[in-house]
Amino acid sequence: MIVDDEKIVRESLYHWFSDEGYDVDTAESAENALKKFDKDKFDLVLLDMKMPGMSGLDLLPKLKQIDEDCFVILITAYASVPSAIQALKEGAFDYITKPVDPEELNHIVKNAIQQKKLKTENEELKTKIEELIMPDNLIGESIQMKKIFEMINTVAQTDTTVLIRGESGTGKELVAKAIHLNSKRKYFPLVTVNCGAMPDTLLETELFGHEKGAFTGAHYRRKGKFEMANGGTIFLDEIGTISAKMQVDLLRVIESRKFNRVGGNDVIESDFRVIAATNEQLENLVKEGKFREDLYYRLNVFTLFVPPLRERKEDIPILANFFRQKYATMMNKNIKSISAEAMKFLTEHEWRGNVRELENAIERAIVVGKKEIIGNEDLPFSHISNNIEDGDDKSLGANEKKYIYRILKENGWNISRSAEILEIDRVTLYNKINKYGLKKD
Amino acid sequence: MKINLAPIKFSNKAFLERLIRDLKNVFQVNIEILDLFLDISDSYSAERKQFYSTKILETAIKNTGQTEGKILIITEMDLYVPVLTFVFGEAQLNGKYSVISSCRLHEEFYTGHTNNELFYERLLKETLHELGHNFGLLHCLDWDCVMHSSNSIEEVDIKGLSYCGHCRKEINLL
Ligand SMILES: [Zn+2]
Ligand SMILES: [Zn+2]
Repeated sequence: MIVDDEKIVRESLYHWFSDEGYDVDTAESAENALKKFDKDKFDLVLLDMKMPGMSGLDLLPKLKQIDEDCFVILITAYASVPSAIQALKEGAFDYITKPVDPEELNHIVKNAIQQKKLKTENEELKTKIEELIMPDNLIGESIQMKKIFEMINTVAQTDTTVLIRGESGTGKELVAKAIHLNSKRKYFPLVTVNCGAMPDTLLETELFGHEKGAFTGAHYRRKGKFEMANGGTIFLDEIGTISAKMQVDLLRVIESRKFNRVGGNDVIESDFRVIAATNEQLENLVKEGKFREDLYYRLNVFTLFVPPLRERKEDIPILANFFRQKYATMMNKNIKSISAEAMKFLTEHEWRGNVRELENAIERAIVVGKKEIIGNEDLPFSHISNNIEDGDDKSLGANEKKYIYRILKENGWNISRSAEILEIDRVTLYNKINKYGLKKD
Repeated sequence: MKINLAPIKFSNKAFLERLIRDLKNVFQVNIEILDLFLDISDSYSAERKQFYSTKILETAIKNTGQTEGKILIITEMDLYVPVLTFVFGEAQLNGKYSVISSCRLHEEFYTGHTNNELFYERLLKETLHELGHNFGLLHCLDWDCVMHSSNSIEEVDIKGLSYCGHCRKEINLL
């Protein structure tokens, strides 16, 4: 319930809470609030301190008398903060000053909810979160996937650090999401950081945030990903690529859950769970001195291996049909199935780019497909030109050439995507294309 | 169905064009630019140096009675509602009108560095979010969903760029 004599305050708070899915009532005076309080039960009351007639401060003990368990948050003008602090002693949960910082309001309300385990009246919201349990494209019926699902369920119930390993394109980020959604942290965010994507200085402010004035142009304080993950989970993707300095910083924050924002001295505490992922052989990197051993042990507590697609071929038909349906619906195309011949092709293919490559292939087939059934001719690699694929040259160069050509072809010569699958940067890929004289045919 | 984008004190045409293209993809309806020629000066608070978003919506409602479809006002001006320090936008739940401000979506606002891609991503997120309210959606608990509440720019950045399956279903998007 929102109790405030000012109509605009009632209206805007009403709006804010309704959008969140709460059942909201308002009262324009303390007297009216008491009347409503007698009839209905309220979990949370936002109460203006200064009102004509009975003030909020006078109303507070009366509300507490009727319902000891209700949480009261006081709304106060900046000047009346001292009396608000006094009111905390008399049973108010917290106070906020007008005008209210929306983030602060959200934070206080979430706190109240967490403490009271206040359930939103909105059943729909509850079922929504229940249904979220598995990201919809993390599917499969193979023994390997069943084992993964089992491990996700086990580890989700704990706060253990998880290391997810597997080739690129296997869906490590989906596994991270599934763990988060099945944990008690699901109401707080899963914050993803792609450690491989940025230089050190950027990664540092990205992870730890910065204070106002930390560098030229830093007009505002900015929270970093570790701070945003408070209550939730931080997913550190491509952990194998971070620099020696960042490894030290990471180790420190993972051990202490404490850090400073860049350019600041305040110690920030954050309660997050760590999930990291890599497609590299971390053990080798440790041996070569490129990855700190202590950080490795810190991360390698519970390890989950996501198998490459070629090792769970029985899942290919399920996945292929899932993607077919997804893209057919998305593109509004009436493509109902995949021909037996095409499915055979899909099942026998090696899928170096794993599920992501399969998804790309099906998406492309839906784009080019003209019939109700996806046939071989719709698949990107069913007629690879012979001069490159054939031959028995065992040299590294020849095989690299073949491989790069195939990946390019399978990805419609999309350079960024191919580079990603090959795990090299785009410039390197361009150089190799030139070196081997590869051409789109 | 039609969605009208009504720029008021918002001049970047390139971003508007990108928005039109992306919204068309999402909603599969006509997206048009609507010149409202609205005078929103009475929504301005000299004390706060911001515009009162609810008042802007009221002014729009008064002056655009006959227009077909949704009307989304996009402005570069900073918005507030009296009880909050600022809002990114406001929408009528299950209604026709909404407004978003691009002011606090600029990376310059926080760090002084321009980042057009990031700015556009945020603009698209807030546009989809307010339109979602217009189509009757409440805030979603899925952080990957654009209907998750965002009370700060950091929250805008970590939430997703599209509607989740549940929200899509609710508003009958394919
Ligand atoms: Zn909203
Ligand atoms: Zn949603």
